[in-house]
Amino acid sequence: MRAWLRQHRHAFTRALPRIGLLNAVVIGIALALPAGGYALLESVRAVAGRLAVEPQVAVFLDAKRANADALGATLRRDPRVARVRFVPREQALKELAAVQGMSELVAALGRNPLPDAFVVTASEENLEALAADLAKLPGVAQVQADALWARRLASLARLARTALWLLAGVLGAALIAVTFNTIRLQILTQREEIEVSKLIGATDAFIRRPFYYAGLLQGLTGGALALLIVSASLALLNREVRLLAESYGSDFRFAFPGGADSLAFLVLAGLLGWLGAHLSVSRHLREIEPT
Amino acid sequence: MVSFSAVAKRYRGGEEALKEVSFSVEPGELVFITGRSGAGKSTLLKLIPAIERPSSGAVIVNGQNVGALKSSAIPYLRRNLGLVFQDQKLLYDRSVFDNVMLPLAFSTHSTKEAARRARAALDKVGLLMREKSNPIQLSGGEQQRLAIARAVVNRPSIVLADEPTANLDAESARRIVDIFGEFNQVGVTILIATHDQGLVTQYGKRLLHLEGGRVQ
Repeated sequence: MRAWLRQHRHAFTRALPRIGLLNAVVIGIALALPAGGYALLESVRAVAGRLAVEPQVAVFLDAKRANADALGATLRRDPRVARVRFVPREQALKELAAVQGMSELVAALGRNPLPDAFVVTASEENLEALAADLAKLPGVAQVQADALWARRLASLARLARTALWLLAGVLGAALIAVTFNTIRLQILTQREEIEVSKLIGATDAFIRRPFYYAGLLQGLTGGALALLIVSASLALLNREVRLLAESYGSDFRFAFPGGADSLAFLVLAGLLGWLGAHLSVSRHLREIEPT
Repeated sequence: MVSFSAVAKRYRGGEEALKEVSFSVEPGELVFITGRSGAGKSTLLKLIPAIERPSSGAVIVNGQNVGALKSSAIPYLRRNLGLVFQDQKLLYDRSVFDNVMLPLAFSTHSTKEAARRARAALDKVGLLMREKSNPIQLSGGEQQRLAIARAVVNRPSIVLADEPTANLDAESARRIVDIFGEFNQVGVTILIATHDQGLVTQYGKRLLHLEGGRVQ
């Protein structure tokens, strides 16, 4: 056990000077792109999640409230309708006044310009057809499928997420390639040491170990650098975002990925470095045999 | 301890370095393998630590058939052998002391015990005062003695030396052979390949003369 520990310590200290700092910076910058993109997207998603993405249609009535009950019953009978909520015009005005910056406007109006309305939640995705049918019902002044844009935003976010995963995949492969090449160069420059080690009875595992450590540490260093870059960039962005968000009365900020996400990211970067080293060592170490 | 029976070695390209070589070396023996350049001395020595594999015949070292050894077993075979090369194969990016420490990296000794053994080996070849030097600062003879220290630091039962005196003046060469003689006196089996027959006959040890790939 002690000998085993000592061998690993030996490999570790042999690996430390082999970490290419410049390579780690390259890896850091490459990984900062998907990590930063992830942080931005997660921040936006947190906000977008609060928006209604349910398939909803607002049905505005003409002036006669007497028709409302009959219309409500008709709506509830429609098999395409899941839920119906009646919003009287007084309540609508109250809700509008509650929105920041609107209370003065509402006060200036003098009389309530808003109609009574039904908020209809559809049980199916095809909102346009339902909206068109509802518009033909008697007593209906106007129909608005408000949720459409929110749903478009959600699918846009999904698209961005997929693009981000693709980017992460490509740059992860780049990390493996960079490590592969670093380790290849190290093997070439340490040809003599490897040859001598084989002659004096070093096992393959003993010879490989420092290279594995070097790949792992280089990946970890690159990952840590990427997180630093992301955190610095978000801090810079947030200075501007804070001003912009405050003017909208929002406390929105781009959030740095949480502890678990950051840790998973570091582990992944380390593993990819290890994998690059593994591929390189498997390919190049075999070529060095004492003669 | 080491025995060859009907060993032949053909290199790729058809060149036949050894033909039907048979001999055996008893524990504690010191054997000089002599012959001109190209007679097959280096090939013979390389078969023992499985640097080369025989084309036919059997090479037995410590009861193991080296030619049939799996490559994963070779490191363990080599740990029981001390190898000294004509070109020393020292590492010039580290001190004399660290060169001798190399084989101890995968032994089970503690770091302290390893350092003690390394110094003992350096002392035996008269290089203890130079432990902090870089091998490049040593003379040819000293570099060869350093290579010997590295070969014996793990106390192998067999030491193989390929032309250890080739590029040395007569005085340094004799000192190298004397050092091997001292290790032999404490029971280490030693095989030394050399083309310098004049140097070795005076020791009165067994000579194995190779000519054209055959033992004469």
